[in-house]
Amino acid sequence: MGTLQNFSTRHPIWTVIILVLVVGLAWLVFAPWPPGLEQVLGRKRIFLNAILSGITLGALYFLVASGFTLVFGLMRNVNLAHGSLYLLGGYIGFGVVESTGYWLLAFPVVFVVVGVLGLLLQHQVFRRMEGEELRQTLVTIGLSIVLADLMLWYWGGQSYQVYSPDWLSGPMELPIISSLRSNGDPVYLTYPRVRLAILFAAIVIGLAMWYALNRSRLGMLIRAGVDDRDILAASGVHIQYVFLAVFGFGAGMAGIAGIVGGTFQSLSPGEDTRFLLASLVVVIVGGMGSIPGAAIGALIIGLAEQIGLVYAPTYSVVFTFLIMAVVLAFRPQGLLGAQR
Amino acid sequence: MAQALPTTAPGRLTTALERIPAPVWVIAFLLLLMPAFANNFVLYQIFGWSFILGMIALSLMVLAGYGGMVSLAQMTVAALAGYVVAILGTSGVPQISLGWPWWIHIPLAILIATLFGTLVGALAVRTEGIYTIMITLAIAAAFFYFTRQNYVIFNGYTGFNNVIPPALFGVEWRQPVPFYYLTLGCATLSYLAVVWMARTPFGLALQGVRDNPRRMGALGFHVTAHRIFAYTFASVIAAVGGILLVWQSAQVVPGTAGIPQVIDILVVAVVGGLRRPIGPFIGALIYAVLSVFSSDILHAFGMSGERFKLVIGLGFLAFVLFSPDGVLGLWEKYKARRAASPDPLLGGGR
Repeated sequence: MGTLQNFSTRHPIWTVIILVLVVGLAWLVFAPWPPGLEQVLGRKRIFLNAILSGITLGALYFLVASGFTLVFGLMRNVNLAHGSLYLLGGYIGFGVVESTGYWLLAFPVVFVVVGVLGLLLQHQVFRRMEGEELRQTLVTIGLSIVLADLMLWYWGGQSYQVYSPDWLSGPMELPIISSLRSNGDPVYLTYPRVRLAILFAAIVIGLAMWYALNRSRLGMLIRAGVDDRDILAASGVHIQYVFLAVFGFGAGMAGIAGIVGGTFQSLSPGEDTRFLLASLVVVIVGGMGSIPGAAIGALIIGLAEQIGLVYAPTYSVVFTFLIMAVVLAFRPQGLLGAQR
Repeated sequence: MAQALPTTAPGRLTTALERIPAPVWVIAFLLLLMPAFANNFVLYQIFGWSFILGMIALSLMVLAGYGGMVSLAQMTVAALAGYVVAILGTSGVPQISLGWPWWIHIPLAILIATLFGTLVGALAVRTEGIYTIMITLAIAAAFFYFTRQNYVIFNGYTGFNNVIPPALFGVEWRQPVPFYYLTLGCATLSYLAVVWMARTPFGLALQGVRDNPRRMGALGFHVTAHRIFAYTFASVIAAVGGILLVWQSAQVVPGTAGIPQVIDILVVAVVGGLRRPIGPFIGALIYAVLSVFSSDILHAFGMSGERFKLVIGLGFLAFVLFSPDGVLGLWEKYKARRAASPDPLLGGGR
């Protein structure tokens, strides 16, 4: 809470603007819309769906980008093979779900498999070129080319969809009024249950990560490493183990995000670069190495993409890009990034 | 002294010519006489294409080698130049193409692409090192998705076909031999321009900025301006390369600057070597030969011919892991080893 109070005392105007925006958004979401507003923005259901899809997409982006930003913050390694790990996790998850029929089982399996691949990469490849950031990045580019072609070889060019279990399929009614019937009865908004589950899971994972980072010993080491890697190593910590843990975790998270993405979208060649790009933009907007930054960045990009898709389909990509350019122009370290 | 003065100018020229080592003369003559013994396919598909790829990779080399900034947006700059040529000139999409004459649309294409490249540079220089890679990659991807979705200007998914060079001086420039000389000329000019740029005060200051921006700033050099101008300079080369690329394939589509193509330029530049301007052309030649003959090579090793990307990726990985300076680095290592090896007659180092 201390940081929040700091923020409100240091930036009173921004606090007011943010508060007004939040209240306005809450009114837009919960209140039945007057007809005048519907003429401007279209049906309320469409608007609400765009907002909800944006938030769920943001949740998915957060899952992908959180590992990316941690790896970057700690090791200064821009892992451009992150999208390939995402796609690989999705494919393996698809295989597990197909062969066993248990959707939940796919998560630990994929986390372990892709995480171990991440450990191997860190231990066998990146450790050998520590401090050579550019070379590490080039290696990850080479890896992403190789992995993409191997996956294309094995899984082919068709697209796969991971089927969600029965208890998560179908729609669910939300306590949000989408419109009023002519007799005055409210119509509540329905939304796919699996997407809400994903959103919920992303929030839980995000909070767990925040807790682990701020309260556990490993989290303390990681935060210290993000701030100053050399001093941490000099104070007797086996920094290679911390690197291994973070890289394995980041890779595993990318794999898990692959299952999630495969469940509510689909898996096909090319998705790897799409999600790599999404993580890049999210991390640039949110700030490198910051988990809350990744959450905020993911939310902004997800919302911008979906709202753009509904109201200006041709230019939805441009919105994402514009947000990135504006952030870069005025705050190059990202919204929550530390000044280095 | 009085006798020496009149001969200074021609004397400098002859010594400059004499200083060019023999292998360069051999290569120059080989390249000039290539149409005499190479068939049209080799001229057009392999050499034409590798000169073009080499030029675009050269623009990356200028930024990475002299400026220390790895920009992945150079292919995007090239593609934009191609798009402008298609939009302002003639193409198979008459609803959009304006059909302006060549002396307007070609300079405009170079100008617009250069402006765009400068703008990208102005954004990218706000960051350093690996951040630059991330931002330029994001810009390249945004351009790709934008051109794919925008039908009003960029004609969306289908792009423009039938974009052919104007028949200047009565020459059909898309015929293999004229196209070979056209690309050879452009590649040579841009190569010489880069060599010249590296020796100008600007080029030296740029290399100083690469090595120690803080010290250069303290010496009174405008670090940001040097970096942004490096983008401008590199974008001109990329733009010319892009126009040639569009003429070569007669089309420009969003996939011209898709993510794989953007990465390919980096692969070409790194495999060739980022230290010297000749590197990108060597890398481009290797890339073009590999991609044209990949299915034959792969079949020779008993693999299916579709795994071209795997070969490229593994080759790239091998270079990055074992010889970060590319083919040129290997060559220099070989020379250094030969120089260090003992002379068979005298013993000891040479």
